[in-house]
Amino acid sequence: MAKLKTWKEIPIGGLTEAGSSARFLTGSWRVERPIFDKEKCINCMLCWVVCPDMSIVVKDGKVTGMDLDYCKGCGACASICPVKAITMEPETKFQK
Amino acid sequence: MIAEKTLVAITGAMASAHAMRQINPDVVAAYPITPQTPIMMNFAQFVADGLADTEVVTVESEHSAMSACVGAAAAGARVMTATAANGLALMHEIVYIAASTRLPMVMSIVNRALSGPINIHCDHSDTMAERDSGWIQIFCENAQEVYESTILAMKWAENEKVLLPVMVNQDGFIISHSVENVEILPDDVVKEFVGEHVPHEPLLDVEHPITYGPLDLYDYYFEHKRQQMEAMKEAEKEFPKIAAKLSAITGNEYDFIESYKLDDAEYVIVTLGSSAGTVKYVVDEMRETGKKVGLLKIRVFRPFPGKRIAEALNGKKAVAVLDRSASFGAEAPIYAEVKSALYTIKERPILQSYVYGLGGRDFTPDHAKTAFDRLMKGEFFEGEGYLGLRD
Ligand code: SF4
Ligand code: SF4
Repeated sequence: MAKLKTWKEIPIGGLTEAGSSARFLTGSWRVERPIFDKEKCINCMLCWVVCPDMSIVVKDGKVTGMDLDYCKGCGACASICPVKAITMEPETKFQK
Repeated sequence: MIAEKTLVAITGAMASAHAMRQINPDVVAAYPITPQTPIMMNFAQFVADGLADTEVVTVESEHSAMSACVGAAAAGARVMTATAANGLALMHEIVYIAASTRLPMVMSIVNRALSGPINIHCDHSDTMAERDSGWIQIFCENAQEVYESTILAMKWAENEKVLLPVMVNQDGFIISHSVENVEILPDDVVKEFVGEHVPHEPLLDVEHPITYGPLDLYDYYFEHKRQQMEAMKEAEKEFPKIAAKLSAITGNEYDFIESYKLDDAEYVIVTLGSSAGTVKYVVDEMRETGKKVGLLKIRVFRPFPGKRIAEALNGKKAVAVLDRSASFGAEAPIYAEVKSALYTIKERPILQSYVYGLGGRDFTPDHAKTAFDRLMKGEFFEGEGYLGLRD
Protein backbone atom coordinates (compact mmCIF):
# COMPACT_ATOMS: atom_id res chain seq x y z
CA MET A 1 0.00 0.00 0.00
CA ALA A 2 1.24 3.48 -0.90
CA LYS A 3 2.47 5.66 1.96
CA LEU A 4 -0.38 7.82 3.23
CA LYS A 5 0.10 11.57 3.04
CA THR A 6 0.03 14.04 5.94
CA TRP A 7 -2.58 16.77 6.37
CA LYS A 8 -0.14 19.26 4.89
CA GLU A 9 0.27 17.30 1.68
CA ILE A 10 -3.33 16.68 0.62
CA PRO A 11 -5.75 19.07 -1.13
CA ILE A 12 -8.17 20.89 1.18
CA GLY A 13 -11.88 20.22 1.40
CA GLY A 14 -11.60 16.56 0.47
CA LEU A 15 -11.12 17.50 -3.16
CA THR A 16 -9.58 14.86 -5.35
CA GLU A 17 -8.91 14.27 -9.02
CA ALA A 18 -11.83 13.75 -11.39
CA GLY A 19 -13.03 10.21 -11.96
CA SER A 20 -11.21 8.81 -8.93
CA SER A 21 -14.02 6.37 -8.19
CA ALA A 22 -12.84 4.28 -11.17
CA ARG A 23 -10.00 3.17 -8.88
CA PHE A 24 -12.40 2.16 -6.15
CA LEU A 25 -13.37 -1.46 -6.84
CA THR A 26 -16.65 -1.83 -4.98
CA GLY A 27 -17.23 -5.37 -6.26
CA SER A 28 -15.66 -6.76 -3.09
CA TRP A 29 -18.70 -5.53 -1.12
CA ARG A 30 -20.96 -8.00 -2.93
CA VAL A 31 -22.74 -10.77 -1.03
CA GLU A 32 -24.97 -11.76 -3.95
CA ARG A 33 -23.95 -11.99 -7.59
CA PRO A 34 -26.23 -11.26 -10.57
CA ILE A 35 -26.34 -14.17 -13.01
CA PHE A 36 -27.35 -13.13 -16.50
CA ASP A 37 -29.23 -15.39 -18.93
CA LYS A 38 -28.61 -14.06 -22.44
CA GLU A 39 -31.27 -16.35 -23.94
CA LYS A 40 -34.08 -14.77 -21.91
CA CYS A 41 -32.94 -11.12 -22.27
CA ILE A 42 -35.06 -8.91 -24.55
CA ASN A 43 -32.60 -5.96 -24.29
CA CYS A 44 -35.14 -3.56 -22.85
CA MET A 45 -32.29 -1.80 -20.98
CA LEU A 46 -34.26 -1.39 -17.76
CA CYS A 47 -31.43 -3.00 -15.80
CA TRP A 48 -28.99 -0.53 -17.36
CA VAL A 49 -31.24 2.34 -16.23
CA VAL A 50 -31.54 1.21 -12.60
CA CYS A 51 -28.03 -0.08 -11.92
CA PRO A 52 -26.50 2.39 -9.42
CA ASP A 53 -22.97 1.33 -10.26
CA MET A 54 -23.01 1.48 -14.08
CA SER A 55 -22.20 -2.21 -14.02
CA ILE A 56 -24.48 -3.43 -16.81
CA VAL A 57 -22.19 -3.95 -19.77
CA VAL A 58 -23.80 -3.14 -23.10
CA LYS A 59 -22.30 -3.77 -26.52
CA ASP A 60 -24.00 -2.78 -29.79
CA GLY A 61 -27.31 -2.22 -28.00
CA LYS A 62 -27.21 -5.61 -26.30
CA VAL A 63 -26.57 -6.50 -22.67
CA THR A 64 -23.54 -8.76 -22.44
CA GLY A 65 -23.23 -9.13 -18.66
CA MET A 66 -22.26 -7.37 -15.44
CA ASP A 67 -19.00 -5.68 -14.53
CA LEU A 68 -18.12 -7.58 -11.37
CA ASP A 69 -15.29 -5.16 -10.47
CA TYR A 70 -17.91 -2.60 -9.50
CA CYS A 71 -21.25 -4.49 -9.11
CA LYS A 72 -22.21 -4.33 -5.40
CA GLY A 73 -24.84 -7.00 -5.79
CA CYS A 74 -27.79 -4.82 -4.85
CA GLY A 75 -30.18 -6.85 -6.97
CA ALA A 76 -31.96 -3.87 -8.54
CA CYS A 77 -31.35 -5.26 -12.03
CA ALA A 78 -32.81 -8.65 -11.12
CA SER A 79 -35.85 -7.10 -9.54
CA ILE A 80 -36.65 -4.79 -12.49
CA CYS A 81 -36.04 -7.31 -15.28
CA PRO A 82 -39.46 -8.03 -16.88
CA VAL A 83 -38.42 -11.47 -18.16
CA LYS A 84 -36.39 -12.65 -15.16
CA ALA A 85 -33.18 -12.83 -17.18
CA ILE A 86 -31.15 -11.92 -14.09
CA THR A 87 -31.11 -14.01 -10.88
CA MET A 88 -29.13 -13.35 -7.72
CA GLU A 89 -26.92 -16.11 -6.35
CA PRO A 90 -24.99 -16.11 -3.06
CA GLU A 91 -21.43 -14.92 -3.61
CA THR A 92 -20.12 -17.79 -1.46
CA LYS A 93 -21.06 -20.14 -4.29
CA PHE A 94 -18.31 -18.63 -6.41
CA GLN A 95 -15.58 -18.62 -3.82
CA LYS A 96 -12.98 -21.31 -4.20
CA MET B 1 -9.07 57.46 2.80
CA ILE B 2 -12.41 57.50 4.59
CA ALA B 3 -15.16 57.10 2.03
CA GLU B 4 -18.07 59.50 1.85
CA LYS B 5 -21.02 57.79 3.48
CA THR B 6 -24.76 58.22 3.12
CA LEU B 7 -26.81 58.28 6.29
CA VAL B 8 -30.05 56.33 5.99
CA ALA B 9 -32.70 55.20 8.48
CA ILE B 10 -33.09 51.46 7.93
CA THR B 11 -33.61 48.20 9.80
CA GLY B 12 -30.90 45.64 10.44
CA ALA B 13 -32.50 43.41 7.82
CA MET B 14 -32.34 46.23 5.28
CA ALA B 15 -28.70 46.83 6.27
CA SER B 16 -28.00 43.19 5.36
CA ALA B 17 -29.88 43.56 2.09
CA HIS B 18 -27.90 46.69 1.16
CA ALA B 19 -24.61 44.94 1.91
CA MET B 20 -25.73 42.03 -0.28
CA ARG B 21 -26.77 44.39 -3.09
CA GLN B 22 -23.39 46.09 -3.01
CA ILE B 23 -21.46 42.81 -2.82
CA ASN B 24 -23.61 41.62 -5.75
CA PRO B 25 -23.06 37.87 -5.29
CA ASP B 26 -23.43 35.49 -8.24
CA VAL B 27 -25.91 33.23 -6.45
CA VAL B 28 -28.26 33.60 -3.50
CA ALA B 29 -30.39 30.58 -2.57
CA ALA B 30 -32.77 31.07 0.33
CA TYR B 31 -36.07 30.12 1.88
CA PRO B 32 -38.21 32.56 3.88
CA ILE B 33 -38.42 32.30 7.66
CA THR B 34 -39.31 34.84 10.32
CA PRO B 35 -37.44 37.03 11.24
CA GLN B 36 -35.05 36.60 8.30
CA THR B 37 -37.71 37.19 5.64
CA PRO B 38 -37.20 40.97 5.26
CA ILE B 39 -33.56 40.43 4.24
CA MET B 40 -34.48 38.24 1.30
CA MET B 41 -37.60 40.26 0.52
CA ASN B 42 -35.58 43.46 0.21
CA PHE B 43 -32.70 41.80 -1.59
CA ALA B 44 -35.04 40.11 -4.11
CA GLN B 45 -36.56 43.54 -4.74
CA PHE B 46 -33.10 44.97 -5.47
CA VAL B 47 -32.52 42.15 -7.95
CA ALA B 48 -35.95 42.67 -9.54
CA ASP B 49 -35.16 46.38 -9.87
CA GLY B 50 -31.91 45.56 -11.65
CA LEU B 51 -29.72 46.85 -8.80
CA ALA B 52 -27.95 43.50 -8.43
CA ASP B 53 -27.54 40.81 -11.05
CA THR B 54 -27.58 37.86 -8.70
CA GLU B 55 -29.20 34.56 -9.63
CA VAL B 56 -31.79 34.22 -6.86
CA VAL B 57 -32.70 30.56 -6.39
CA THR B 58 -36.00 30.15 -4.56
CA VAL B 59 -35.90 26.65 -3.17
CA GLU B 60 -38.39 24.49 -1.26
CA SER B 61 -36.60 24.35 2.12
CA GLU B 62 -33.54 25.55 3.97
CA HIS B 63 -31.89 22.18 3.51
CA SER B 64 -32.17 22.80 -0.22
CA ALA B 65 -31.09 26.43 0.18
CA MET B 66 -27.80 25.45 1.78
CA SER B 67 -27.39 22.59 -0.70
CA ALA B 68 -27.83 25.00 -3.62
CA CYS B 69 -25.31 27.35 -1.99
CA VAL B 70 -22.81 24.49 -1.67
CA GLY B 71 -23.32 23.54 -5.32
CA ALA B 72 -22.99 27.11 -6.52
CA ALA B 73 -19.88 27.76 -4.42
CA ALA B 74 -18.28 24.55 -5.69
CA ALA B 75 -19.08 25.67 -9.23
CA GLY B 76 -17.09 28.81 -8.49
CA ALA B 77 -19.77 31.38 -7.68
CA ARG B 78 -19.71 34.05 -5.00
CA VAL B 79 -22.55 32.92 -2.74
CA MET B 80 -24.70 34.40 0.01
CA THR B 81 -27.84 33.36 1.88
CA ALA B 82 -29.83 34.12 5.01
CA THR B 83 -31.87 32.18 7.54
CA ALA B 84 -32.99 31.94 11.17
CA ALA B 85 -33.79 29.47 13.93
CA ASN B 86 -35.41 26.28 12.64
CA GLY B 87 -34.33 27.18 9.12
CA LEU B 88 -30.72 27.00 10.28
CA ALA B 89 -31.49 23.78 12.14
CA LEU B 90 -32.89 22.28 8.94
CA MET B 91 -29.70 23.33 7.13
CA HIS B 92 -27.53 21.76 9.84
CA GLU B 93 -26.33 18.76 7.81
CA ILE B 94 -25.24 20.89 4.87
CA VAL B 95 -23.84 23.65 7.09
CA TYR B 96 -21.12 21.17 8.11
CA ILE B 97 -20.58 20.12 4.52
CA ALA B 98 -20.10 23.74 3.37
CA ALA B 99 -17.36 24.28 5.95
CA SER B 100 -15.61 20.95 5.52
CA THR B 101 -15.65 21.27 1.73
CA ARG B 102 -14.00 24.68 2.31
CA LEU B 103 -16.59 26.65 0.40
CA PRO B 104 -16.57 30.36 1.22
CA MET B 105 -19.99 32.00 1.51
CA VAL B 106 -21.74 34.47 3.78
CA MET B 107 -24.96 33.68 5.59
CA SER B 108 -26.94 36.24 7.55
CA ILE B 109 -28.48 34.67 10.63
CA VAL B 110 -31.31 36.58 12.22
CA ASN B 111 -31.14 34.98 15.64
CA ARG B 112 -34.35 33.44 16.87
CA ALA B 113 -35.18 30.87 19.52
CA LEU B 114 -35.23 27.27 18.35
CA SER B 115 -38.52 25.43 18.82
CA GLY B 116 -40.00 24.14 21.00
CA PRO B 117 -42.18 25.43 22.34
CA ILE B 118 -42.51 27.45 19.18
CA ASN B 119 -41.30 31.03 19.46
CA ILE B 120 -40.30 33.56 16.82
CA HIS B 121 -38.30 35.97 18.98
CA CYS B 122 -34.64 36.49 19.66
CA ASP B 123 -32.20 34.22 21.35
CA HIS B 124 -28.96 32.60 20.29
CA SER B 125 -29.93 28.93 20.49
CA ASP B 126 -29.98 28.70 16.69
CA THR B 127 -26.43 29.87 16.01
CA MET B 128 -24.94 28.32 19.15
CA ALA B 129 -26.08 24.92 17.89
CA GLU B 130 -23.73 25.50 14.94
CA ARG B 131 -20.70 26.63 16.91
CA ASP B 132 -18.72 23.48 16.11
CA SER B 133 -19.76 23.35 12.46
CA GLY B 134 -16.56 24.96 11.21
CA TRP B 135 -18.14 28.30 10.25
CA ILE B 136 -16.74 31.64 11.29
CA GLN B 137 -19.31 33.41 13.50
CA ILE B 138 -19.62 37.18 13.82
CA PHE B 139 -22.12 38.81 16.20
CA CYS B 140 -23.44 42.33 15.67
CA GLU B 141 -24.56 44.90 18.22
CA ASN B 142 -26.59 47.07 15.85
CA ALA B 143 -27.58 47.63 12.22
CA GLN B 144 -24.37 49.52 11.44
CA GLU B 145 -22.31 46.54 12.53
CA VAL B 146 -24.56 44.24 10.51
CA TYR B 147 -23.85 46.25 7.38
CA GLU B 148 -20.10 46.47 7.86
CA SER B 149 -19.68 42.92 9.19
CA THR B 150 -21.43 41.50 6.13
CA ILE B 151 -19.01 43.25 3.79
CA LEU B 152 -16.05 42.24 5.92
CA ALA B 153 -17.33 38.65 6.11
CA MET B 154 -17.31 38.24 2.33
CA LYS B 155 -13.67 39.26 2.13
CA TRP B 156 -12.76 37.09 5.11
CA ALA B 157 -14.51 33.99 3.77
CA GLU B 158 -12.88 34.21 0.35
CA ASN B 159 -9.36 34.87 1.63
CA GLU B 160 -7.24 32.18 -0.03
CA LYS B 161 -5.69 31.12 3.26
CA VAL B 162 -9.09 30.87 4.94
CA LEU B 163 -11.74 29.56 2.51
CA LEU B 164 -14.42 29.12 5.13
CA PRO B 165 -18.08 30.11 5.28
CA VAL B 166 -19.10 32.94 7.63
CA MET B 167 -22.28 33.53 9.63
CA VAL B 168 -23.15 37.14 10.39
CA ASN B 169 -25.52 37.15 13.36
CA GLN B 170 -28.02 39.85 14.21
CA ASP B 171 -30.61 39.66 16.98
CA GLY B 172 -34.05 38.82 15.64
CA PHE B 173 -36.48 41.77 15.73
CA ILE B 174 -34.28 43.73 18.16
CA ILE B 175 -31.86 44.50 15.32
CA SER B 176 -33.51 43.02 12.23
CA HIS B 177 -36.77 44.96 12.57
CA SER B 178 -35.67 48.12 14.39
CA VAL B 179 -34.96 51.24 12.37
CA GLU B 180 -31.64 52.90 13.13
CA ASN B 181 -29.31 55.38 11.47
CA VAL B 182 -26.90 53.48 9.27
CA GLU B 183 -24.02 54.91 7.26
CA ILE B 184 -23.85 53.27 3.85
CA LEU B 185 -20.69 53.28 1.77
CA PRO B 186 -20.75 54.17 -1.93
CA ASP B 187 -21.44 51.13 -4.15
CA ASP B 188 -18.12 51.36 -5.97
CA VAL B 189 -16.17 51.48 -2.71
CA VAL B 190 -17.75 48.22 -1.54
CA LYS B 191 -17.24 46.68 -4.95
CA GLU B 192 -13.57 47.55 -4.84
CA PHE B 193 -13.19 46.33 -1.27
CA VAL B 194 -14.66 42.88 -1.90
CA GLY B 195 -12.96 42.65 -5.31
CA GLU B 196 -13.38 39.91 -7.89
CA HIS B 197 -14.09 36.45 -6.54
CA VAL B 198 -11.30 34.06 -7.50
CA PRO B 199 -12.72 30.60 -6.77
CA HIS B 200 -10.58 27.76 -5.48
CA GLU B 201 -10.83 24.75 -7.84
CA PRO B 202 -14.19 25.70 -9.45
CA LEU B 203 -16.19 22.83 -10.92
CA LEU B 204 -17.00 24.98 -13.94
CA ASP B 205 -13.34 25.03 -14.91
CA VAL B 206 -13.83 22.15 -17.33
CA GLU B 207 -10.19 22.26 -18.40
CA HIS B 208 -9.28 21.10 -14.90
CA PRO B 209 -11.91 18.58 -13.83
CA ILE B 210 -12.01 17.74 -10.12
CA THR B 211 -14.12 15.68 -7.73
CA TYR B 212 -16.02 17.39 -4.90
CA GLY B 213 -17.39 15.40 -1.99
CA PRO B 214 -15.75 11.98 -2.41
CA LEU B 215 -15.91 9.27 0.24
CA ASP B 216 -13.25 10.08 2.84
CA LEU B 217 -12.73 7.23 5.27
CA TYR B 218 -10.46 6.48 8.23
CA ASP B 219 -7.36 6.97 6.09
CA TYR B 220 -7.88 10.70 5.34
CA TYR B 221 -10.95 12.16 7.12
CA PHE B 222 -8.88 12.94 10.23
CA GLU B 223 -6.31 14.83 8.12
CA HIS B 224 -9.07 16.90 6.56
CA LYS B 225 -10.39 17.82 10.01
CA ARG B 226 -6.87 18.88 10.99
CA GLN B 227 -6.84 21.15 7.93
CA GLN B 228 -10.09 22.74 9.09
CA MET B 229 -8.54 23.50 12.47
CA GLU B 230 -5.63 25.10 10.64
CA ALA B 231 -8.03 27.14 8.49
CA MET B 232 -9.55 28.64 11.65
CA LYS B 233 -6.06 29.55 12.86
CA GLU B 234 -5.39 31.19 9.50
CA ALA B 235 -8.73 32.98 9.79
CA GLU B 236 -7.59 34.39 13.11
CA LYS B 237 -4.35 35.60 11.54
CA GLU B 238 -5.94 37.08 8.43
CA PHE B 239 -8.80 38.91 10.15
CA PRO B 240 -6.79 41.87 11.51
CA LYS B 241 -5.40 42.58 8.03
CA ILE B 242 -8.84 42.52 6.40
CA ALA B 243 -10.31 44.53 9.26
CA ALA B 244 -7.58 47.17 8.89
CA LYS B 245 -8.45 47.57 5.21
CA LEU B 246 -12.11 48.12 6.00
CA SER B 247 -11.23 50.47 8.85
CA ALA B 248 -9.28 52.61 6.42
CA ILE B 249 -12.49 53.06 4.43
CA THR B 250 -15.08 53.40 7.20
CA GLY B 251 -13.03 54.91 10.02
CA ASN B 252 -14.55 52.31 12.37
CA GLU B 253 -12.66 49.70 14.37
CA TYR B 254 -13.16 45.96 13.98
CA ASP B 255 -11.58 43.59 16.42
CA PHE B 256 -12.47 40.17 17.73
CA ILE B 257 -13.56 41.86 20.92
CA GLU B 258 -14.56 45.38 21.85
CA SER B 259 -13.54 46.83 25.20
CA TYR B 260 -15.81 49.49 26.62
CA LYS B 261 -14.45 51.41 29.61
CA LEU B 262 -12.62 48.23 30.44
CA ASP B 263 -9.06 49.38 31.13
CA ASP B 264 -9.58 50.53 34.72
CA ALA B 265 -12.76 48.52 35.32
CA GLU B 266 -12.87 46.10 38.25
CA TYR B 267 -16.27 44.60 37.51
CA VAL B 268 -17.03 43.45 34.00
CA ILE B 269 -19.90 42.09 31.94
CA VAL B 270 -19.03 39.90 28.97
CA THR B 271 -21.72 39.63 26.32
CA LEU B 272 -22.40 39.72 22.59
CA GLY B 273 -25.12 40.96 20.26
CA SER B 274 -27.56 43.77 20.95
CA SER B 275 -27.35 43.37 24.74
CA ALA B 276 -23.90 44.99 24.51
CA GLY B 277 -25.63 48.28 23.70
CA THR B 278 -27.78 48.00 26.82
CA VAL B 279 -24.74 47.20 28.95
CA LYS B 280 -22.85 50.22 27.56
CA TYR B 281 -25.74 52.44 28.64
CA VAL B 282 -25.63 50.98 32.15
CA VAL B 283 -21.83 51.24 32.31
CA ASP B 284 -22.11 54.96 31.47
CA GLU B 285 -24.77 55.44 34.13
CA MET B 286 -22.84 53.60 36.85
CA ARG B 287 -19.57 55.32 35.94
CA GLU B 288 -21.28 58.63 36.77
CA THR B 289 -21.53 57.46 40.38
CA GLY B 290 -17.91 56.33 40.37
CA LYS B 291 -18.47 52.59 39.93
CA LYS B 292 -15.57 50.89 38.19
CA VAL B 293 -17.56 48.87 35.71
CA GLY B 294 -16.88 47.95 32.10
CA LEU B 295 -17.96 45.82 29.17
CA LEU B 296 -16.18 43.22 27.08
CA LYS B 297 -18.15 42.61 23.90
CA ILE B 298 -17.36 39.52 21.87
CA ARG B 299 -17.71 40.31 18.20
CA VAL B 300 -16.17 37.15 16.74
CA PHE B 301 -17.22 33.93 18.46
CA ARG B 302 -15.53 31.54 15.98
CA PRO B 303 -12.57 31.54 15.82
CA PHE B 304 -12.91 32.13 19.57
CA PRO B 305 -10.58 34.95 20.70
CA GLY B 306 -9.71 33.24 23.99
CA LYS B 307 -6.25 34.79 24.40
CA ARG B 308 -7.55 38.29 23.80
CA ILE B 309 -10.34 37.76 26.29
CA ALA B 310 -7.95 36.36 28.89
CA GLU B 311 -5.64 39.35 28.49
CA ALA B 312 -8.53 41.78 28.76
CA LEU B 313 -9.91 40.14 31.91
CA ASN B 314 -6.58 39.48 33.63
CA GLY B 315 -6.63 41.08 37.07
CA LYS B 316 -10.31 42.05 37.09
CA LYS B 317 -12.14 41.48 40.36
CA ALA B 318 -15.30 39.83 39.10
CA VAL B 319 -16.91 39.11 35.76
CA ALA B 320 -20.46 38.20 34.75
CA VAL B 321 -20.81 36.33 31.47
CA LEU B 322 -24.18 36.69 29.79
CA ASP B 323 -25.63 34.01 27.54
CA ARG B 324 -28.75 34.31 25.41
CA SER B 325 -28.93 30.54 25.12
CA ALA B 326 -28.59 27.63 27.50
CA SER B 327 -26.78 24.34 27.40
CA PHE B 328 -28.99 21.88 29.22
CA GLY B 329 -26.96 19.88 31.68
CA ALA B 330 -23.82 21.94 31.11
CA GLU B 331 -22.55 25.50 31.34
CA ALA B 332 -23.95 28.08 28.91
CA PRO B 333 -21.78 28.35 25.77
CA ILE B 334 -20.16 31.77 26.12
CA TYR B 335 -19.58 31.27 29.84
CA ALA B 336 -17.94 27.90 29.26
CA GLU B 337 -15.62 29.34 26.60
CA VAL B 338 -14.67 32.39 28.65
CA LYS B 339 -14.05 30.29 31.73
CA SER B 340 -11.85 27.95 29.76
CA ALA B 341 -9.93 30.89 28.24
CA LEU B 342 -9.13 32.22 31.72
CA TYR B 343 -7.51 28.98 32.87
CA THR B 344 -4.05 30.08 31.79
CA ILE B 345 -3.93 33.56 33.30
CA LYS B 346 -2.39 34.52 36.64
CA GLU B 347 -5.02 36.69 38.28
CA ARG B 348 -8.27 35.00 37.47
CA PRO B 349 -11.36 37.03 38.26
CA ILE B 350 -14.35 35.47 40.01
CA LEU B 351 -16.80 34.40 37.32
CA GLN B 352 -20.56 34.30 37.34
CA SER B 353 -22.77 32.86 34.60
CA TYR B 354 -26.10 34.47 33.70
CA VAL B 355 -28.66 33.29 31.20
CA TYR B 356 -30.99 36.00 29.91
CA GLY B 357 -33.43 36.86 27.14
CA LEU B 358 -34.52 33.39 26.05
CA GLY B 359 -37.32 33.41 23.50
CA GLY B 360 -37.17 37.19 23.16
CA ARG B 361 -37.57 38.02 26.87
CA ASP B 362 -36.56 41.68 27.22
CA PHE B 363 -33.08 42.44 28.47
CA THR B 364 -33.36 45.75 30.29
CA PRO B 365 -30.81 48.13 31.85
CA ASP B 366 -32.08 46.89 35.23
CA HIS B 367 -30.90 43.40 34.42
CA ALA B 368 -27.39 44.60 33.58
CA LYS B 369 -27.40 46.73 36.72
CA THR B 370 -28.46 43.77 38.84
CA ALA B 371 -25.58 41.70 37.45
CA PHE B 372 -23.08 44.50 38.20
CA ASP B 373 -24.52 45.11 41.69
CA ARG B 374 -24.21 41.45 42.61
CA LEU B 375 -20.60 41.36 41.36
CA MET B 376 -19.77 44.40 43.48
CA LYS B 377 -21.52 43.03 46.58
CA GLY B 378 -19.80 39.68 46.16
CA GLU B 379 -23.05 37.77 45.66
CA PHE B 380 -22.00 34.68 43.77
CA PHE B 381 -23.76 31.38 43.48
CA GLU B 382 -23.23 28.00 41.92
CA GLY B 383 -24.43 27.31 38.44
CA GLU B 384 -26.04 29.98 36.34
CA GLY B 385 -28.14 32.89 37.45
CA TYR B 386 -31.09 34.13 35.43
CA LEU B 387 -31.86 37.69 34.44
CA GLY B 388 -35.50 38.45 33.71
CA LEU B 389 -36.86 35.07 34.77
CA ARG B 390 -39.81 34.77 37.18
CA ASP B 391 -38.33 32.76 40.03
S1 SF4 C 1 -26.72 -6.22 -8.75
FE1 SF4 C 1 -26.94 -4.01 -8.56
S2 SF4 C 1 -24.88 -3.25 -8.89
FE2 SF4 C 1 -24.88 -5.31 -9.67
S3 SF4 C 1 -25.34 -5.12 -11.81
FE3 SF4 C 1 -27.29 -5.45 -10.77
S4 SF4 C 1 -28.06 -3.40 -10.36
FE4 SF4 C 1 -25.89 -3.20 -10.88
S1 SF4 D 1 -33.87 -5.80 -17.73
FE1 SF4 D 1 -33.70 -7.95 -18.27
S2 SF4 D 1 -34.47 -8.04 -20.31
FE2 SF4 D 1 -34.11 -5.91 -19.95
S3 SF4 D 1 -32.03 -5.62 -20.73
FE3 SF4 D 1 -31.83 -6.09 -18.57
S4 SF4 D 1 -31.50 -8.30 -18.49
FE4 SF4 D 1 -32.29 -7.82 -20.53
